[in-house]
Amino acid sequence: MIGFWIAAAVALVATALAVTRRHPVHALLYLVVSLLAVAVLFLLLGAAFAAALEVVIYAGAIMVLFLFVVMLLDVGPPADDSTSGRTAPAAWLGPGLLAAILAGELAWIVRSSSSAHGAAAVDPAAVGRLLFGSWALGVELAGMLLLAALVGAFHLGRREDAQ
Amino acid sequence: MGAPAQALLVATALFALGLLAVLVRRNLVFTLLGIEVMLNASGLAFVAAGARWGDAAGQGMLLFVLAVAAAEVAVGLALVLQVARRFGSLDPDRLTDLAERAPGGSDA
Repeated sequence: MIGFWIAAAVALVATALAVTRRHPVHALLYLVVSLLAVAVLFLLLGAAFAAALEVVIYAGAIMVLFLFVVMLLDVGPPADDSTSGRTAPAAWLGPGLLAAILAGELAWIVRSSSSAHGAAAVDPAAVGRLLFGSWALGVELAGMLLLAALVGAFHLGRREDAQ
Repeated sequence: MGAPAQALLVATALFALGLLAVLVRRNLVFTLLGIEVMLNASGLAFVAAGARWGDAAGQGMLLFVLAVAAAEVAVGLALVLQVARRFGSLDPDRLTDLAERAPGGSDA
């Protein structure tokens, strides 16, 4: 049970810091830590498939998309690493510390194979049977939505003079 | 109170933080970031409910939440890029081209 509250505290602290940062890249670092903490919560709730999806799609794909757009926008104050060639510790120490807490907790969870009290584990096979059984139409519709978003983003992101 | 109920409390707090970001921050990138936080909190609520009853539907709904989040962020970020190109700013308060001017001719 204590593991649950550690992960929850990391998630809340990282999210609170993410939404209050000035620089978008620093905010994204904290948001990645927050998403990883939520993935640990999923693991403790017995939802291993959801935890994997959270890491791969949210913390991986969607945050990288954010990062690319922030780079394209070129907003915010410039990084102050031009003199020393190194990123200032203030930028990465906080997210690094929170991520280290999560890594330690993950090792503890795997070693003791513990799960939270009152949560029933659902294995990935059951989720797959549901998604590609009775919910197959919903999965197809989600695919259509993603295709529409792809076309829309391509159209909106195009430069005016490149027609 | 079992872990799923406590996870709902955490989801509520995360949702509130995301809503705060949308309402308070005056930067379109942070607005989208707040929407992501809120979608993630709703996903946590779905998974907590699924864990409470041992039902696979909670994790199934998380997949749809992820699909919606990915689609939203792709289109939203493309719009942010267009706004930055046309207005040279990410402050939503400066996007006033459609605003109605006051009758006196001064800016509304």
